Parts: sequence; C-alpha cells; structure tokens
Amino acid sequence: MPDFIVEWLDRNDIFTAMTLMEYWDGLVTTVHLVFLSLIIGLAVAVPLAILRTVKNPLISGPIWVYTYLFRGTPLLIQLYIIYYGVAQIPGIQETFWWEIFREPLYPALLAFTLNTAAYTTEIIRGAIVSTPHGEIEAAKAYGMNWLLRMRRIILPSAARRAVQAYSNEVIFMLHASAIASVVTIVDLTGAARNIYSRFYAPFDAFIFVALCYMVLTFILVFAFRKLENHLLRHQRPVSS
Amino acid sequence: MKKLMIAASCALALAAGTAHAQDRNLRIAFDVPYEPFEYKDDNGELTGFEVELADAMCEEMQANCEFVIQAWDGMIPGLLARKFDLIMSSMSITAERAERVLFSEPYYNTPGGWFGPNDFNTDVTDMDAMKGKTIGVQRGTTMDTFVTENMGGIVTIKRYTTADDMVLDLEGQRLDAVFVDYPVGEQTVLTKDGFKEVGEPVKLGEGVGVAMRKRDKDLANEVNAALRTLKNDGTYDTIMQKYFNYDIKM
Repeated sequence: MPDFIVEWLDRNDIFTAMTLMEYWDGLVTTVHLVFLSLIIGLAVAVPLAILRTVKNPLISGPIWVYTYLFRGTPLLIQLYIIYYGVAQIPGIQETFWWEIFREPLYPALLAFTLNTAAYTTEIIRGAIVSTPHGEIEAAKAYGMNWLLRMRRIILPSAARRAVQAYSNEVIFMLHASAIASVVTIVDLTGAARNIYSRFYAPFDAFIFVALCYMVLTFILVFAFRKLENHLLRHQRPVSS
Repeated sequence: MKKLMIAASCALALAAGTAHAQDRNLRIAFDVPYEPFEYKDDNGELTGFEVELADAMCEEMQANCEFVIQAWDGMIPGLLARKFDLIMSSMSITAERAERVLFSEPYYNTPGGWFGPNDFNTDVTDMDAMKGKTIGVQRGTTMDTFVTENMGGIVTIKRYTTADDMVLDLEGQRLDAVFVDYPVGEQTVLTKDGFKEVGEPVKLGEGVGVAMRKRDKDLANEVNAALRTLKNDGTYDTIMQKYFNYDIKM
C-alpha cells in the first residue's frame, strides 16, 4: 500500500485495515450472491418466458401464477419465509435438505433467484410478444419451424428489446441484495452494520458502503451500455 | 445594545425553563421486546423493569415522560439526533459509548449467559473444544464484543439485530449456542423445551446506565439524584422483586 494511505489509515479510527478487510469480504459476498442469482435467474427465465407465451393455459397458467406471486410480494418477506420458515418444518434437520438450508447463503440465493427470475420472465415475455408480426411471417414464409423461428428470429430480436429493461432489473437486484444482512449474511450492508454498531458512526459506515454500491452500479451501467451499443448497432444513425 | 437584548432574552428563556420544570417533557427510548426489561404485555401496554423504573424516576424528577420505541441499531444516533432525551434500554456502560453519550451512574448489572440445546456438552471456556462451533450474539452488545475479542477466529459468530431472530435460529439448529444477556436468555431460551444453560454466566462491563447527550449535564445530575433516592427508599427493590428472583441492583 502507498505510504500516504497507510498514514491516513493510522490516523483514522474507523477505516482501519481491519474494517476495510471486512468491507472487502462483504463486497465479495455481495458480488458472489448477486452474480449467481442473476445468472441462474436468467437461465430459468428464458424457457419460462417462452412457455409463458404458449397459448395452452395449462402451460402458461402456472408460470403466470409464479411470476404474479413473486412480483406481488416483497423480496424481504420471501427471504424470511424461505430462511426462517424452512427451519420450522418438523424433521427438516434430519434430511439432506438441511445441509443446504442450514447456512444462510443458499436460502438467500434461492429467494433472490426466484425473485429475479420472475421479473426477468415478464421482461422477456414482453419482448417476445412484441416481436413485429412481419418478422414472424417472413420466417414462416422461409419454412422455418417453431423451434428454428424462436432460435433465429424471435429470441435475438427480443433480446435487443429486453436488454434495457433487464439492465434495470440487474441494478435493482444489486440494491435489493442489501437485505441479505437480515439473515446473518455479512454482505456489504452486513459489514457496514457491524462496523456501525461497533463505532456508532452511521455516517462513516453507511456513506462508505453507499459509495461501494455506487461504484458497482456504475460498472454495471457501463457494461450494459457496451452491450446495448453492440446489440442495437443497427439502430445507430449512419454517420456522415 | 443588540447583544444585551439577546442576552436578556436568553436569560428570560432560561428562567422560564426552570420555572416550568414541573411540566417539563422528557422522551425516553426503549428497544422492545427485551423481556423482562421492556416489552408489551398482553394488552399491548409497554411494561417491564426499566419501564417501571423510568416511571418512578420521572415521578421523582417531576417530569412528564413520553416513552419512545426505537430499534437498538439506531439508539445512540437517535439520541444524538434529538429524537429522544434519555435511553433506558439496558445500555451497558462502555468506553466506546461513553465517547458519544453521557452515562448516569449504573442502575443494574446482569451477566451474559450461555444457552444452548440439551445435547450441548462442550465447555464454553475450552477454546479447543469450541473450535468450529457457531455462536449467536446480538449485534453491538457487550456480549458481541466479548465473543469477538475472545473467540473471534475460533468460533463462527453470527450477529442478529433482535433476540427473537437469534432464538429462532437456535431452535432451527443453525446455532450451536447463544451468548446473550442472562435475563433475556432466561425468558426467551429457557422457557422453551429442550434448552438449558450451557456455561457459567460471565460478568461483563460496568453495568447499565441511563444514556443522555453529553451536553445535558444538569439532566444527568437530576437522573443520578432520582436513581439514588429510588435505590435507597425501597422503590427500586419493589420493582426488581416483581421481575427478578435474583439481585441485579448496582
């Protein structure tokens, strides 16, 4: 570390190397948790969104119920139900499920994944149903079957329309992950709360953590802008 | 001239302040539930040892008291932000806290207690045996500091905002044991089947005091005087015996 940072840390009560390490561990936990839940959530959401557009209500109905439930209730409540509720099921401690639900990480991951998958499903479904009719007709005229049409025409076209809404969902998910600290996970917010309760310095502890979230958000915004530029290249005006 | 006017009006305001000492308003903050110190009874009324003591203290000080409910996390910031004037919510006197707030003389002291399921047979003072155990504490309490300083790196420490959440995880077998303020453990853990005290209580800190803003020195003197009277005239003992079968007087 450069000398001036060491010197500054020496004169500082709160931001010692030890507390900065706590923040760092929290950052790793937050990124780990959010990244995994987003990846799994997206992987679940794409097939669900496709099935959600199917006309048969026996297939699209249950998915509608799922997205309705998870978008209609707060994430905090979902996390409470999964974390504390599961532990109350009689005999759960004797089954192999307990290995998974004992630690707070997996219940939180499950709650976050189910929640983000519900939102992402609706985002992608919206993009799929708004595919211009002409594109589909053209694909049909070429003799493409449903699967090929979905793969070559509808999904790539829908991805372009969904990416902006999805970038919002990713940022919301990052911010929503702050509630992981209520189930004893020491994420960024958890680290800030521990440090705050040790030094009784709300401004220092929370402003620092807010800055950490902001930096993460900027990185996400930047990455999504790159992705949008790439996907929506064809919409850019032709430069003279 | 102007300065004199201001000084005069200030003096007048101060005089008015003392003259109306009888109907002075004080707001006292509690974190509920923290049985048996402060909790809501079956009718939803705020009650408990500290609530009754606060009532008696206000009467002694001839002040109108309003009771405010505040989560533990925001206690000291709330006091400093003038959301209330006194904290009587089992706040142990520590050097770190004393830098931010002014404490009265201690009015009680309870030890930290170890509680766990009946099949927990490890000696909590034997660090080798405790290795790898998961211990629950309430975030920011003296019990948290004790476990962090003495057992950090040996046991896994889980920090909770409320005792309720912690006991729920003890019941759910996510925790091997909890280290919690003795009376709280007695009320929340020992009342459940299958749990026991798993170690000797540990005396921590300098006891519990009323916390006030640093500038309220006069108020602190009044509080100390009132507490001393209550401790000597038997009022304190009457209230204590209502809630405890052991001595917490300090």
